[in-house]
Amino acid sequence: MKIKQLSVFIENKEGRLKKTINTLVKADINIRALSIADTSKFGILRLIVSDFKKAKNILEEDGFVVKETDVIAVEIPDETNGLGSVLTILDKEEVNLEYLYAFVSKQSHQAIVVFRVQNIEKSIKLLKNENLKLLNQKDLEEF
Amino acid sequence: MIYNEKYETMDIDEKKELQLRRLQKIVKTAYEKVPFYKKKFDDAGVKPEDIKTLKDIEKIPFTTKADLREAYPFGMFAVDEEEIVEIHTTSGTTGKPTVTGYTKKDIGIWQEIIARAIVMAGGGKKDIIQNGYGYGLFTGGLGVHHGGYKLGAIVVPMSSGNTKRQLEIMSDFQTTILTCTPSYAMYLAESLEKIGLTKKDISLKTGIFGAEMWTSEMRDKLEEKLGIDALNIYGLTELTGPGVAMECLEKSGLHISDDHFYPEIIDPKTKKSLNEGEKGELVLTTLTKEGMPVIRFRTKDLTSINWNKCKCGRTTPRISRISGRSDDMLKVRGVIVFPSQIESAILKIEGLTPNYQIIITRPEFLDEIDILVEATPALFSDEMKEMEEIEIKIANEIKKEIGLRVNLQIVESESLPRSEGKAVRVIDKRNLEN
Repeated sequence: MKIKQLSVFIENKEGRLKKTINTLVKADINIRALSIADTSKFGILRLIVSDFKKAKNILEEDGFVVKETDVIAVEIPDETNGLGSVLTILDKEEVNLEYLYAFVSKQSHQAIVVFRVQNIEKSIKLLKNENLKLLNQKDLEEF
Repeated sequence: MIYNEKYETMDIDEKKELQLRRLQKIVKTAYEKVPFYKKKFDDAGVKPEDIKTLKDIEKIPFTTKADLREAYPFGMFAVDEEEIVEIHTTSGTTGKPTVTGYTKKDIGIWQEIIARAIVMAGGGKKDIIQNGYGYGLFTGGLGVHHGGYKLGAIVVPMSSGNTKRQLEIMSDFQTTILTCTPSYAMYLAESLEKIGLTKKDISLKTGIFGAEMWTSEMRDKLEEKLGIDALNIYGLTELTGPGVAMECLEKSGLHISDDHFYPEIIDPKTKKSLNEGEKGELVLTTLTKEGMPVIRFRTKDLTSINWNKCKCGRTTPRISRISGRSDDMLKVRGVIVFPSQIESAILKIEGLTPNYQIIITRPEFLDEIDILVEATPALFSDEMKEMEEIEIKIANEIKKEIGLRVNLQIVESESLPRSEGKAVRVIDKRNLEN
Protein backbone atom coordinates (compact mmCIF):
# COMPACT_ATOMS: atom_id res chain seq x y z
CA MET A 1 0.00 0.00 0.00
CA LYS A 2 3.03 2.19 -0.28
CA ILE A 3 2.89 4.79 -2.97
CA LYS A 4 5.81 6.27 -4.85
CA GLN A 5 6.17 9.99 -4.62
CA LEU A 6 8.74 11.90 -6.65
CA SER A 7 10.58 14.82 -5.11
CA VAL A 8 12.30 17.26 -7.41
CA PHE A 9 14.85 19.87 -6.41
CA ILE A 10 14.02 23.24 -7.93
CA GLU A 11 15.55 26.61 -7.42
CA ASN A 12 13.28 29.34 -6.17
CA LYS A 13 13.59 31.25 -9.42
CA GLU A 14 11.26 32.46 -12.09
CA GLY A 15 10.17 29.78 -14.53
CA ARG A 16 11.66 26.79 -12.75
CA LEU A 17 8.36 25.15 -11.78
CA LYS A 18 7.04 25.69 -15.27
CA LYS A 19 10.10 24.00 -16.71
CA THR A 20 9.55 20.97 -14.52
CA ILE A 21 5.91 20.74 -15.49
CA ASN A 22 6.78 21.10 -19.19
CA THR A 23 9.06 18.11 -18.91
CA LEU A 24 6.22 16.03 -17.51
CA VAL A 25 3.77 17.22 -20.14
CA LYS A 26 6.22 16.23 -22.85
CA ALA A 27 6.09 12.63 -21.59
CA ASP A 28 2.32 12.68 -21.22
CA ILE A 29 2.45 12.39 -17.44
CA ASN A 30 -0.55 13.37 -15.36
CA ILE A 31 -0.04 14.94 -11.99
CA ARG A 32 -2.41 13.50 -9.39
CA ALA A 33 -1.27 15.62 -6.49
CA LEU A 34 1.52 17.97 -5.64
CA SER A 35 2.92 20.08 -2.86
CA ILE A 36 5.87 22.40 -2.61
CA ALA A 37 8.03 23.03 0.41
CA ASP A 38 10.17 26.06 -0.12
CA THR A 39 12.73 28.40 1.29
CA SER A 40 13.75 31.71 -0.26
CA LYS A 41 16.41 29.87 -2.27
CA PHE A 42 14.99 26.53 -3.31
CA GLY A 43 11.96 24.33 -3.19
CA ILE A 44 11.20 20.66 -2.97
CA LEU A 45 8.44 19.78 -5.38
CA ARG A 46 6.64 16.63 -4.31
CA LEU A 47 4.57 14.88 -6.92
CA ILE A 48 2.22 11.95 -7.19
CA VAL A 49 1.96 11.11 -10.86
CA SER A 50 0.25 8.66 -13.18
CA ASP A 51 3.48 6.85 -14.09
CA PHE A 52 6.30 7.51 -11.63
CA LYS A 53 8.95 5.44 -13.44
CA LYS A 54 8.45 7.22 -16.71
CA ALA A 55 8.26 10.56 -14.93
CA LYS A 56 11.49 9.92 -13.02
CA ASN A 57 13.33 8.92 -16.19
CA ILE A 58 12.23 11.92 -18.19
CA LEU A 59 13.02 14.34 -15.35
CA GLU A 60 16.49 12.89 -14.89
CA GLU A 61 17.08 13.03 -18.61
CA ASP A 62 16.30 16.72 -18.48
CA GLY A 63 18.90 17.15 -15.75
CA PHE A 64 16.67 17.38 -12.68
CA VAL A 65 17.72 15.86 -9.39
CA VAL A 66 14.89 13.53 -8.41
CA LYS A 67 14.28 11.34 -5.37
CA GLU A 68 11.80 8.55 -4.98
CA THR A 69 10.05 8.46 -1.63
CA ASP A 70 7.51 6.05 -0.20
CA VAL A 71 4.37 7.67 1.13
CA ILE A 72 0.87 6.50 2.01
CA ALA A 73 -2.35 7.92 0.61
CA VAL A 74 -5.40 7.57 2.83
CA GLU A 75 -9.00 8.25 2.02
CA ILE A 76 -10.30 10.44 4.82
CA PRO A 77 -13.92 10.10 5.92
CA ASP A 78 -15.92 13.17 4.98
CA GLU A 79 -16.96 14.14 8.46
CA THR A 80 -16.01 16.53 11.21
CA ASN A 81 -12.67 15.54 12.62
CA GLY A 82 -12.05 13.12 9.71
CA LEU A 83 -8.36 14.05 9.54
CA GLY A 84 -8.16 14.40 13.30
CA SER A 85 -9.21 10.81 13.87
CA VAL A 86 -6.57 9.52 11.45
CA LEU A 87 -3.90 11.60 13.15
CA THR A 88 -5.00 10.29 16.53
CA ILE A 89 -4.39 6.71 15.36
CA LEU A 90 -0.81 7.55 14.38
CA ASP A 91 -0.24 9.75 17.39
CA LYS A 92 -1.27 7.07 19.86
CA GLU A 93 1.45 4.78 18.53
CA GLU A 94 3.99 7.59 18.42
CA VAL A 95 4.45 7.55 14.67
CA ASN A 96 6.25 10.72 13.62
CA LEU A 97 4.81 12.66 10.73
CA GLU A 98 7.25 14.41 8.37
CA TYR A 99 4.68 16.17 6.24
CA LEU A 100 1.30 15.72 4.60
CA TYR A 101 -0.79 17.21 1.83
CA ALA A 102 -4.25 16.56 0.50
CA PHE A 103 -6.21 16.31 -2.71
CA VAL A 104 -9.69 15.24 -3.73
CA SER A 105 -10.42 12.01 -5.53
CA LYS A 106 -12.27 12.45 -8.80
CA GLN A 107 -13.99 9.08 -8.44
CA SER A 108 -15.09 9.00 -4.83
CA HIS A 109 -15.09 12.75 -4.26
CA GLN A 110 -13.40 11.95 -1.00
CA ALA A 111 -10.42 13.77 0.41
CA ILE A 112 -7.17 11.88 0.02
CA VAL A 113 -4.32 12.74 2.35
CA VAL A 114 -0.75 11.85 1.49
CA PHE A 115 1.36 11.09 4.55
CA ARG A 116 5.12 10.89 4.80
CA VAL A 117 5.86 9.12 8.06
CA GLN A 118 8.94 7.74 9.70
CA ASN A 119 7.65 4.24 10.17
CA ILE A 120 5.70 3.44 7.05
CA GLU A 121 5.03 -0.29 7.55
CA LYS A 122 3.74 0.26 11.04
CA SER A 123 1.51 3.13 9.91
CA ILE A 124 -0.03 1.04 7.14
CA LYS A 125 -0.86 -1.68 9.62
CA LEU A 126 -2.39 0.77 12.09
CA LEU A 127 -4.56 2.48 9.51
CA LYS A 128 -5.72 -0.77 7.97
CA ASN A 129 -6.70 -2.07 11.39
CA GLU A 130 -9.04 0.88 11.64
CA ASN A 131 -10.58 -0.05 8.27
CA LEU A 132 -9.36 3.07 6.53
CA LYS A 133 -9.01 2.91 2.76
CA LEU A 134 -5.43 3.16 1.53
CA LEU A 135 -4.80 3.82 -2.14
CA ASN A 136 -2.31 1.73 -4.06
CA GLN A 137 -0.12 2.61 -7.04
CA LYS A 138 -2.66 1.19 -9.45
CA ASP A 139 -5.42 3.40 -8.06
CA LEU A 140 -3.31 6.38 -9.02
CA GLU A 141 -2.57 5.15 -12.52
CA GLU A 142 -6.25 4.73 -13.29
CA PHE A 143 -7.35 7.63 -11.20
CA MET B 1 61.31 5.86 -17.49
CA ILE B 2 63.23 9.08 -17.87
CA TYR B 3 63.26 10.82 -21.23
CA ASN B 4 66.54 12.70 -20.86
CA GLU B 5 68.69 11.00 -18.23
CA LYS B 6 71.55 13.43 -18.69
CA TYR B 7 69.65 16.55 -17.71
CA GLU B 8 66.90 15.09 -15.56
CA THR B 9 69.26 13.22 -13.25
CA MET B 10 72.23 15.58 -13.43
CA ASP B 11 74.34 16.04 -10.34
CA ILE B 12 73.24 19.22 -8.54
CA ASP B 13 76.63 20.92 -8.60
CA GLU B 14 77.08 20.16 -12.26
CA LYS B 15 73.59 21.53 -12.87
CA LYS B 16 74.41 24.75 -11.01
CA GLU B 17 77.48 25.25 -13.17
CA LEU B 18 75.43 24.72 -16.29
CA GLN B 19 72.77 27.12 -15.04
CA LEU B 20 75.32 29.82 -14.26
CA ARG B 21 76.89 29.54 -17.71
CA ARG B 22 73.51 29.73 -19.35
CA LEU B 23 72.34 32.56 -17.13
CA GLN B 24 75.40 34.68 -17.89
CA LYS B 25 74.88 34.11 -21.59
CA ILE B 26 71.17 34.92 -21.66
CA VAL B 27 71.55 38.00 -19.48
CA LYS B 28 74.17 39.30 -21.86
CA THR B 29 71.97 38.60 -24.89
CA ALA B 30 68.95 40.23 -23.28
CA TYR B 31 70.98 43.31 -22.37
CA GLU B 32 72.46 43.66 -25.82
CA LYS B 33 69.45 42.77 -27.95
CA VAL B 34 66.37 43.95 -26.06
CA PRO B 35 66.16 47.69 -25.29
CA PHE B 36 63.70 46.98 -22.48
CA TYR B 37 66.30 44.97 -20.57
CA LYS B 38 69.11 47.41 -21.28
CA LYS B 39 67.08 50.22 -19.77
CA LYS B 40 65.99 48.11 -16.82
CA PHE B 41 69.54 47.00 -16.06
CA ASP B 42 70.96 50.48 -16.50
CA ASP B 43 68.30 52.01 -14.25
CA ALA B 44 69.17 49.47 -11.57
CA GLY B 45 72.91 49.97 -12.09
CA VAL B 46 73.50 46.34 -13.02
CA LYS B 47 75.74 45.09 -15.80
CA PRO B 48 75.66 41.58 -17.27
CA GLU B 49 79.24 41.11 -16.01
CA ASP B 50 77.97 41.51 -12.44
CA ILE B 51 76.45 38.04 -12.61
CA LYS B 52 79.27 35.97 -11.17
CA THR B 53 77.24 33.47 -9.19
CA LEU B 54 73.66 32.20 -9.40
CA LYS B 55 72.86 34.23 -6.30
CA ASP B 56 73.77 37.38 -8.24
CA ILE B 57 70.54 36.97 -10.18
CA GLU B 58 68.91 38.77 -7.24
CA LYS B 59 70.58 42.00 -8.38
CA ILE B 60 68.53 41.98 -11.57
CA PRO B 61 65.15 43.72 -11.57
CA PHE B 62 62.00 41.64 -12.08
CA THR B 63 60.02 41.44 -15.29
CA THR B 64 56.26 41.67 -14.88
CA LYS B 65 53.29 40.89 -17.05
CA ALA B 66 52.75 44.63 -17.41
CA ASP B 67 56.27 44.95 -18.89
CA LEU B 68 55.50 42.29 -21.46
CA ARG B 69 52.20 43.96 -22.29
CA GLU B 70 53.89 47.23 -22.89
CA ALA B 71 56.19 45.59 -25.41
CA TYR B 72 53.18 44.30 -27.38
CA PRO B 73 53.48 42.86 -29.91
CA PHE B 74 57.15 42.13 -30.72
CA GLY B 75 59.07 44.50 -28.46
CA MET B 76 60.64 41.73 -26.36
CA PHE B 77 62.10 39.73 -29.22
CA ALA B 78 65.87 39.28 -29.08
CA VAL B 79 66.28 38.05 -32.64
CA ASP B 80 65.33 39.32 -36.09
CA GLU B 81 61.79 38.47 -37.04
CA GLU B 82 63.07 36.16 -39.76
CA GLU B 83 64.42 33.87 -37.04
CA ILE B 84 60.96 33.54 -35.44
CA VAL B 85 58.98 30.52 -36.64
CA GLU B 86 55.96 30.48 -34.35
CA ILE B 87 54.01 32.86 -32.20
CA HIS B 88 51.64 32.36 -29.32
CA THR B 89 49.82 34.76 -27.05
CA THR B 90 48.11 34.72 -23.71
CA SER B 91 44.32 34.84 -23.80
CA GLY B 92 44.26 38.46 -22.75
CA THR B 93 41.46 37.89 -20.24
CA THR B 94 43.09 40.25 -17.78
CA GLY B 95 44.15 42.88 -20.30
CA LYS B 96 46.07 43.12 -23.53
CA PRO B 97 47.53 39.75 -24.44
CA THR B 98 51.27 39.16 -24.26
CA VAL B 99 53.13 37.65 -27.17
CA THR B 100 55.77 34.95 -27.19
CA GLY B 101 57.96 34.27 -30.21
CA TYR B 102 59.89 31.05 -30.79
CA THR B 103 62.90 30.32 -32.95
CA LYS B 104 63.37 26.82 -34.37
CA LYS B 105 65.61 25.99 -31.45
CA ASP B 106 63.01 27.30 -28.99
CA ILE B 107 60.39 25.01 -30.51
CA GLY B 108 62.89 22.17 -30.16
CA ILE B 109 63.29 22.87 -26.45
CA TRP B 110 59.54 23.09 -26.01
CA GLN B 111 59.20 19.72 -27.72
CA GLU B 112 61.87 18.34 -25.44
CA ILE B 113 60.25 19.46 -22.17
CA ILE B 114 56.82 18.18 -23.23
CA ALA B 115 58.37 14.85 -24.26
CA ARG B 116 59.94 14.71 -20.79
CA ALA B 117 56.52 15.43 -19.29
CA ILE B 118 54.76 12.68 -21.23
CA VAL B 119 57.41 10.14 -20.26
CA MET B 120 57.14 11.33 -16.65
CA ALA B 121 53.46 10.45 -16.85
CA GLY B 122 54.36 6.93 -17.95
CA GLY B 123 53.79 7.67 -21.63
CA GLY B 124 55.81 6.46 -24.59
CA LYS B 125 55.81 5.94 -28.33
CA LYS B 126 52.92 3.51 -28.22
CA ASP B 127 50.55 5.85 -26.46
CA ILE B 128 47.61 7.53 -28.08
CA ILE B 129 47.35 11.04 -26.74
CA GLN B 130 43.96 12.69 -26.94
CA ASN B 131 44.92 16.32 -26.89
CA GLY B 132 41.97 18.31 -25.59
CA TYR B 133 43.84 21.55 -25.05
CA GLY B 134 42.69 24.28 -27.40
CA TYR B 135 44.67 24.58 -30.61
CA GLY B 136 45.52 28.07 -31.77
CA LEU B 137 47.22 30.98 -30.10
CA PHE B 138 46.85 29.23 -26.74
CA THR B 139 50.04 27.31 -25.97
CA GLY B 140 48.29 24.22 -24.56
CA GLY B 141 47.19 22.60 -27.80
CA LEU B 142 50.26 23.04 -29.95
CA GLY B 143 52.64 22.60 -27.02
CA VAL B 144 51.42 19.10 -26.29
CA HIS B 145 51.23 18.46 -30.02
CA HIS B 146 54.89 19.42 -30.55
CA GLY B 147 56.03 17.26 -27.62
CA GLY B 148 53.99 14.21 -28.57
CA TYR B 149 55.41 14.43 -32.07
CA LYS B 150 58.97 14.58 -30.78
CA LEU B 151 58.39 11.58 -28.55
CA GLY B 152 56.83 9.62 -31.41
CA ALA B 153 53.49 9.01 -29.73
CA ILE B 154 50.23 9.24 -31.63
CA VAL B 155 48.71 12.64 -31.06
CA VAL B 156 44.99 12.99 -31.73
CA PRO B 157 44.56 16.74 -32.23
CA MET B 158 41.07 17.07 -30.75
CA SER B 159 41.39 20.60 -29.38
CA SER B 160 38.84 21.54 -26.73
CA GLY B 161 35.08 21.25 -27.00
CA ASN B 162 32.93 18.98 -29.11
CA THR B 163 32.40 16.74 -26.12
CA LYS B 164 30.37 14.06 -27.86
CA ARG B 165 33.10 13.55 -30.44
CA GLN B 166 35.74 13.51 -27.69
CA LEU B 167 33.98 10.62 -25.99
CA GLU B 168 33.50 8.74 -29.25
CA ILE B 169 37.18 9.07 -30.09
CA MET B 170 38.14 8.14 -26.56
CA SER B 171 36.27 4.88 -26.77
CA ASP B 172 36.80 4.08 -30.48
CA PHE B 173 40.54 4.84 -30.54
CA GLN B 174 41.04 3.58 -26.99
CA THR B 175 43.15 6.62 -26.25
CA THR B 176 45.51 6.12 -23.33
CA ILE B 177 46.49 9.65 -22.35
CA LEU B 178 44.17 12.60 -22.02
CA THR B 179 45.54 16.13 -22.02
CA CYS B 180 43.22 19.04 -21.20
CA THR B 181 42.27 21.37 -18.37
CA PRO B 182 41.13 19.57 -15.21
CA SER B 183 37.74 21.25 -15.36
CA TYR B 184 37.19 19.98 -18.89
CA ALA B 185 38.36 16.52 -17.84
CA MET B 186 35.69 16.60 -15.15
CA TYR B 187 33.10 17.63 -17.69
CA LEU B 188 34.18 14.76 -19.96
CA ALA B 189 33.90 12.35 -17.02
CA GLU B 190 30.39 13.57 -16.23
CA SER B 191 29.38 13.35 -19.87
CA LEU B 192 30.75 9.83 -20.08
CA GLU B 193 28.48 8.76 -17.24
CA LYS B 194 25.58 10.43 -18.94
CA ILE B 195 25.87 8.35 -22.09
CA GLY B 196 25.91 5.26 -19.92
CA LEU B 197 29.63 4.50 -20.10
CA THR B 198 32.05 3.99 -17.23
CA LYS B 199 35.80 4.03 -16.86
CA LYS B 200 35.76 0.36 -17.82
CA ASP B 201 34.64 1.26 -21.34
CA ILE B 202 37.65 3.46 -21.99
CA SER B 203 41.38 2.79 -21.92
CA LEU B 204 42.75 5.97 -20.40
CA LYS B 205 45.61 5.41 -18.01
CA THR B 206 46.87 8.92 -17.45
CA GLY B 207 45.67 12.48 -17.58
CA ILE B 208 48.06 15.40 -18.00
CA PHE B 209 46.04 18.30 -16.69
CA GLY B 210 46.95 21.93 -16.34
CA ALA B 211 46.46 25.52 -17.53
CA GLU B 212 44.38 26.28 -14.46
CA MET B 213 44.64 25.81 -10.75
CA TRP B 214 43.24 22.66 -9.22
CA THR B 215 43.34 20.84 -5.94
CA SER B 216 44.40 17.38 -4.82
CA GLU B 217 40.74 16.69 -3.96
CA MET B 218 39.95 17.32 -7.62
CA ARG B 219 42.71 14.88 -8.50
CA ASP B 220 41.07 12.19 -6.36
CA LYS B 221 37.74 12.73 -8.12
CA LEU B 222 39.23 12.62 -11.61
CA GLU B 223 41.25 9.51 -10.81
CA GLU B 224 38.21 7.78 -9.41
CA LYS B 225 35.88 8.72 -12.23
CA LEU B 226 38.24 8.06 -15.13
CA GLY B 227 40.38 5.29 -13.63
CA ILE B 228 43.60 7.18 -14.28
CA ASP B 229 46.61 8.81 -12.70
CA ALA B 230 45.74 12.49 -12.90
CA LEU B 231 48.97 14.47 -13.12
CA ASN B 232 49.64 18.14 -12.90
CA ILE B 233 51.49 20.02 -15.64
CA TYR B 234 52.62 23.61 -15.28
CA GLY B 235 53.72 26.27 -17.65
CA LEU B 236 53.22 29.82 -18.77
CA THR B 237 52.83 31.26 -22.23
CA GLU B 238 55.17 34.09 -21.28
CA LEU B 239 58.00 31.59 -20.79
CA THR B 240 57.14 29.00 -23.44
CA GLY B 241 53.90 27.25 -22.49
CA PRO B 242 53.11 23.98 -20.75
CA GLY B 243 55.98 21.73 -19.71
CA VAL B 244 57.97 24.15 -17.57
CA ALA B 245 57.21 21.72 -14.74
CA MET B 246 55.48 18.37 -14.58
CA GLU B 247 54.47 15.89 -11.93
CA CYS B 248 55.89 12.39 -12.09
CA LEU B 249 53.92 9.32 -11.02
CA GLU B 250 55.18 9.77 -7.44
CA LYS B 251 52.77 12.72 -7.29
CA SER B 252 54.89 14.65 -4.85
CA GLY B 253 55.58 17.88 -6.63
CA LEU B 254 56.20 19.06 -10.18
CA HIS B 255 59.69 18.65 -11.62
CA ILE B 256 60.98 21.86 -13.16
CA SER B 257 63.16 21.46 -16.21
CA ASP B 258 65.69 23.71 -14.53
CA ASP B 259 68.26 23.31 -17.26
CA HIS B 260 65.94 25.60 -19.24
CA PHE B 261 64.09 27.53 -16.53
CA TYR B 262 65.74 28.87 -13.40
CA PRO B 263 63.36 29.02 -10.46
CA GLU B 264 63.36 31.32 -7.44
CA ILE B 265 60.80 31.86 -4.70
CA ILE B 266 60.23 35.35 -3.36
CA ASP B 267 58.01 36.95 -0.80
CA PRO B 268 55.46 38.73 -3.02
CA LYS B 269 55.31 41.68 -0.64
CA THR B 270 58.96 42.32 0.26
CA LYS B 271 60.24 40.77 -3.01
CA LYS B 272 63.06 39.17 -1.03
CA SER B 273 64.21 35.65 -1.86
CA LEU B 274 62.89 32.95 0.42
CA ASN B 275 64.62 29.86 1.73
CA GLU B 276 64.08 26.34 0.48
CA GLY B 277 60.68 24.98 1.39
CA GLU B 278 59.19 28.37 2.16
CA LYS B 279 56.06 29.26 0.29
CA GLY B 280 56.03 32.33 -1.87
CA GLU B 281 55.77 33.57 -5.43
CA LEU B 282 57.55 31.65 -8.15
CA VAL B 283 59.96 33.71 -10.26
CA LEU B 284 61.31 32.13 -13.43
CA THR B 285 64.11 32.96 -15.82
CA THR B 286 64.46 31.32 -19.20
CA LEU B 287 68.01 29.99 -19.52
CA THR B 288 68.00 28.94 -23.15
CA LYS B 289 65.28 30.87 -24.93
CA GLU B 290 66.52 32.64 -28.06
CA GLY B 291 63.44 34.31 -29.49
CA MET B 292 62.34 35.99 -26.32
CA PRO B 293 64.48 35.69 -23.21
CA VAL B 294 62.50 36.43 -20.06
CA ILE B 295 64.54 37.38 -17.01
CA ARG B 296 63.11 37.03 -13.49
CA PHE B 297 59.49 36.85 -14.52
CA ARG B 298 57.04 37.22 -11.66
CA THR B 299 54.59 34.40 -12.26
CA LYS B 300 52.23 35.40 -9.41
CA ASP B 301 51.89 31.68 -8.75
CA LEU B 302 52.32 30.68 -5.12
CA THR B 303 54.33 27.55 -4.39
CA SER B 304 57.49 26.29 -2.69
CA ILE B 305 60.52 24.42 -4.01
CA ASN B 306 61.89 21.09 -2.84
CA TRP B 307 65.45 20.34 -3.99
CA ASN B 308 65.63 16.79 -2.65
CA LYS B 309 66.07 13.99 -5.12
CA CYS B 310 62.74 12.40 -6.02
CA LYS B 311 61.97 8.69 -5.62
CA CYS B 312 61.56 8.56 -9.39
CA GLY B 313 65.32 9.17 -9.71
CA ARG B 314 65.16 12.69 -11.07
CA THR B 315 67.27 15.37 -9.44
CA THR B 316 65.32 18.28 -10.89
CA PRO B 317 63.75 20.46 -8.17
CA ARG B 318 60.05 20.10 -7.52
CA ILE B 319 57.53 22.85 -6.98
CA SER B 320 54.48 22.07 -4.87
CA ARG B 321 51.02 22.21 -6.43
CA ILE B 322 50.21 25.87 -7.10
CA SER B 323 47.99 26.83 -4.20
CA GLY B 324 46.95 30.22 -5.45
CA ARG B 325 48.01 33.26 -7.36
CA SER B 326 49.11 36.33 -5.56
CA ASP B 327 46.66 38.20 -7.77
CA ASP B 328 43.64 35.92 -7.45
CA MET B 329 43.97 36.02 -3.75
CA LEU B 330 40.70 37.41 -2.47
CA LYS B 331 40.44 39.70 0.46
CA VAL B 332 37.04 39.27 2.00
CA ARG B 333 36.15 41.14 5.17
CA GLY B 334 39.87 41.67 5.56
CA VAL B 335 40.64 37.96 5.47
CA ILE B 336 42.77 36.43 2.74
CA VAL B 337 40.98 33.67 0.89
CA PHE B 338 42.15 31.54 -2.00
CA PRO B 339 39.55 29.94 -4.25
CA SER B 340 41.52 26.68 -3.98
CA GLN B 341 40.73 26.55 -0.24
CA ILE B 342 37.04 26.67 -1.02
CA GLU B 343 37.41 23.97 -3.66
CA SER B 344 39.22 21.76 -1.16
CA ALA B 345 36.41 22.12 1.34
CA ILE B 346 33.70 21.48 -1.23
CA LEU B 347 35.30 18.34 -2.57
CA LYS B 348 35.68 16.89 0.90
CA ILE B 349 31.91 16.55 1.06
CA GLU B 350 30.43 13.37 -0.30
CA GLY B 351 28.13 14.03 -3.22
CA LEU B 352 29.38 17.49 -4.14
CA THR B 353 30.77 18.04 -7.62
CA PRO B 354 33.66 20.31 -8.62
CA ASN B 355 31.14 22.57 -10.32
CA TYR B 356 30.86 25.54 -8.05
CA GLN B 357 30.91 29.29 -8.16
CA ILE B 358 32.14 31.86 -5.69
CA ILE B 359 30.36 35.19 -5.85
CA ILE B 360 31.58 38.09 -3.77
CA THR B 361 29.44 41.13 -3.20
CA ARG B 362 29.39 44.14 -0.92
CA PRO B 363 25.71 44.92 -0.39
CA GLU B 364 26.38 47.71 2.13
CA PHE B 365 29.76 47.98 3.80
CA LEU B 366 30.44 44.35 4.50
CA ASP B 367 31.61 41.73 2.03
CA GLU B 368 29.45 38.69 1.47
CA ILE B 369 30.53 35.39 -0.08
CA ASP B 370 27.90 33.38 -1.85
CA ILE B 371 28.90 29.91 -2.78
CA LEU B 372 26.84 28.06 -5.32
CA VAL B 373 27.05 24.30 -5.50
CA GLU B 374 25.02 21.98 -7.62
CA ALA B 375 22.42 19.59 -6.24
CA THR B 376 23.15 15.92 -6.79
CA PRO B 377 21.04 12.90 -5.85
CA ALA B 378 23.39 12.26 -2.93
CA LEU B 379 22.85 15.80 -1.68
CA PHE B 380 19.14 16.01 -2.11
CA SER B 381 16.65 15.02 0.50
CA ASP B 382 12.91 15.05 0.27
CA GLU B 383 12.78 16.60 3.71
CA MET B 384 13.34 20.27 4.34
CA LYS B 385 15.04 19.86 7.67
CA GLU B 386 17.60 17.52 6.12
CA MET B 387 18.19 19.95 3.27
CA GLU B 388 18.84 22.67 5.81
CA GLU B 389 21.26 20.40 7.64
CA ILE B 390 23.10 19.69 4.40
CA GLU B 391 23.44 23.42 3.70
CA ILE B 392 24.77 24.06 7.18
CA LYS B 393 27.20 21.18 6.91
CA ILE B 394 28.69 22.47 3.65
CA ALA B 395 28.87 26.05 4.90
CA ASN B 396 30.61 24.84 8.07
CA GLU B 397 33.13 22.80 6.12
CA ILE B 398 34.02 25.90 4.10
CA LYS B 399 34.14 28.04 7.21
CA LYS B 400 36.57 25.60 8.77
CA GLU B 401 38.86 26.05 5.77
CA ILE B 402 38.72 29.83 5.29
CA GLY B 403 37.55 31.11 8.66
CA LEU B 404 34.65 33.06 7.25
CA ARG B 405 30.92 32.57 7.23
CA VAL B 406 29.56 32.02 3.74
CA ASN B 407 26.10 32.00 2.24
CA LEU B 408 25.67 28.62 0.74
CA GLN B 409 23.22 28.07 -2.01
CA ILE B 410 22.38 24.77 -3.62
CA VAL B 411 21.42 25.26 -7.25
CA GLU B 412 19.95 22.88 -9.80
CA SER B 413 22.22 20.27 -11.28
CA GLU B 414 24.01 21.33 -14.45
CA SER B 415 22.97 24.93 -13.98
CA LEU B 416 26.47 26.32 -13.45
CA PRO B 417 28.47 27.04 -16.59
CA ARG B 418 30.79 24.28 -17.80
CA SER B 419 34.10 25.19 -19.31
CA GLU B 420 35.99 23.73 -22.21
CA GLY B 421 39.10 25.62 -21.28
CA LYS B 422 39.90 27.51 -18.14
CA ALA B 423 37.00 27.51 -15.70
CA VAL B 424 35.75 30.78 -14.24
CA ARG B 425 34.94 30.05 -10.60
CA VAL B 426 35.13 33.43 -8.97
CA ILE B 427 32.88 36.36 -9.70
CA ASP B 428 33.84 39.42 -7.73
CA LYS B 429 31.00 41.92 -7.99
CA ARG B 430 32.47 44.38 -5.52
CA ASN B 431 33.43 47.65 -7.05
CA LEU B 432 36.62 48.26 -5.16
CA GLU B 433 37.96 50.93 -7.46
CA ASN B 434 35.93 53.66 -5.80
